[in-house]
Amino acid sequence: MSIAGNVWKFDDNVNTDLMVPGFVLYATEAEQARAVFSANRPGWVDEVQSGDVIVGGHNFGMGSSRPAARSLKNCGVSVLLAETINGLFFRNAVNFGFLAIECLGVHDAFEEGDRAEVDLDSWTVRNPRSGLELKAKPIPPALLSLMLEGGIYPHLEKRGLIGGRASDPAARQ
Amino acid sequence: MGMTIIEKILARASGAKEIRAGDLAVVNVDTAVILDTNFYWTVRRDIKRLHDPEKVVIIYDHMVPAPDQTAAEAHKYGREFAKRFGIRRFHDIGARQGISHAVVADNAYALPGSVLVCSDSHTCAAGAFNAAARGIGAPDMVYVLTTGQTWFQVGETIRYDLVGELQPGISAKDIFLHLAGIYGDHANQNIEFGGPALAGLSLNARRTLATMGAELSAEFVTFEADARLTEYVSARNPAAFEAQAPDADAVYGARHSIDLSRIEPLVALPDTVVKNSVALDAVAGQSIHQAFIGSCANGTLDDLAEAARVVAGQQVAPGVRFIVTPGSQAIYNDALRAGYVQTLMDAGAIVTTATCGACFGGHMGVLAPGEICITASTRNFKGRMGDPTSRIFMASPATVAASAVAGTIVAAGRQHEGSAT
Repeated sequence: MSIAGNVWKFDDNVNTDLMVPGFVLYATEAEQARAVFSANRPGWVDEVQSGDVIVGGHNFGMGSSRPAARSLKNCGVSVLLAETINGLFFRNAVNFGFLAIECLGVHDAFEEGDRAEVDLDSWTVRNPRSGLELKAKPIPPALLSLMLEGGIYPHLEKRGLIGGRASDPAARQ
Repeated sequence: MGMTIIEKILARASGAKEIRAGDLAVVNVDTAVILDTNFYWTVRRDIKRLHDPEKVVIIYDHMVPAPDQTAAEAHKYGREFAKRFGIRRFHDIGARQGISHAVVADNAYALPGSVLVCSDSHTCAAGAFNAAARGIGAPDMVYVLTTGQTWFQVGETIRYDLVGELQPGISAKDIFLHLAGIYGDHANQNIEFGGPALAGLSLNARRTLATMGAELSAEFVTFEADARLTEYVSARNPAAFEAQAPDADAVYGARHSIDLSRIEPLVALPDTVVKNSVALDAVAGQSIHQAFIGSCANGTLDDLAEAARVVAGQQVAPGVRFIVTPGSQAIYNDALRAGYVQTLMDAGAIVTTATCGACFGGHMGVLAPGEICITASTRNFKGRMGDPTSRIFMASPATVAASAVAGTIVAAGRQHEGSAT
């Protein structure tokens, strides 16, 4: 399986509060997606296109359990490639079915606007502009399949352990 | 080759003979702590079957008492959930209320050697109790509640051996700022604390250090168990437990000795605590609008005592809001009986009900554009406590209390020399 998209570039320690700011902490998914990077990169949500790729530095997604991975997915980002990914952010990437891959050297290998090509069979990341090819860190198969199949909820729904998502209680009246 | 504390706990919980850095451990969870935030309609899912209600604790902490209708609806849903599944350990708004990690400590819900999860990043706080405790995502929590299991990618462990004795007026927050300033983040690594100086650190001090491990992006933080810990736990929780000690030949990614006697008061500059600590003198004189002591990191009885000691007989500077939030209502009550709350209020502090509140910019102390806060809490990200243009300096409770009196950042004991106008 392979993925390709245009790169948005971020640096080290991009935190969850930048992706899910406090003022949308309990808002809907759609409202949360509109607020991504509003403090550090206002207007980004209007520019990002479906299928785009984020390239980050060290410890991407540091911070809290806020569902930052879901917001990036809802913004249309197809894959995150970062030097290292924060453990809690990665959990949520698995949970919400968002592809997030660690790849040493990726930050220096891409400029914003480059195209990134990712091959999940050979775990390689390629920059067609420079021809540079990097080795990515493989994701354990059990976690990768959750990521690619929409996360934990569809899995639990299938097993009959949970129901569908809740609707706005105020809207029922 | 031997194992570290965290590897031994995860080996036991996963039924594996051994667990090593690089392994994916699927474990049985001993304690699952769920919060008011898990019951928001935008977050919750309808759980059809609970794996084991005896392993679940419900603690309302982020938005308590309900500041708006959405929170109120979530609280109501959670009460019905607790009733439906017969969950006995339910900390609703009232005398048993508190910040989840403080309540877990008050009641010794985290048993030494056990696995505890909660969908809040500061869950590593319970590592002070020799537990494998980690923040997980809200969907992870649904998985734990319905199946009783979760997974961890196991990273390498960094060991800190504490030696020496702290100077008077220096506290666990300064130790943390020292470690964060020198060693930076521990992403995808575990932290293990031990060493001869551990015996001299109160459980509250250990909790501050363990909690702040989240700010270093550590996966797990664990402390060695000692008599002080096991006596504390046995006095509060009748359940049996088996503390885990590291093997003599445990494999560490690195091992550092930390001499506590050399630690000075430090301040983290705004936006991150990673490699961002400076000597207090470097920022002395910086004016402030708000001073905050609270959160799961610094809402302990020791922290309130220290704040009261520093401000006793003095007044909060005009134009400064000094907000103190005890970690739990039980701690609040202890602080009342000890006279700390009276001392703080006489000085002009606001002492709020126990909640995560101001720490995450939720309520009860949100910052306006351009405002400057000095805080003894968990996190100083840009915009964390309110407007993204506000700035958050982080320091010990003593430094925060002294700064509240001076109106500028100042070392405890020197607040009367501050330049309050």
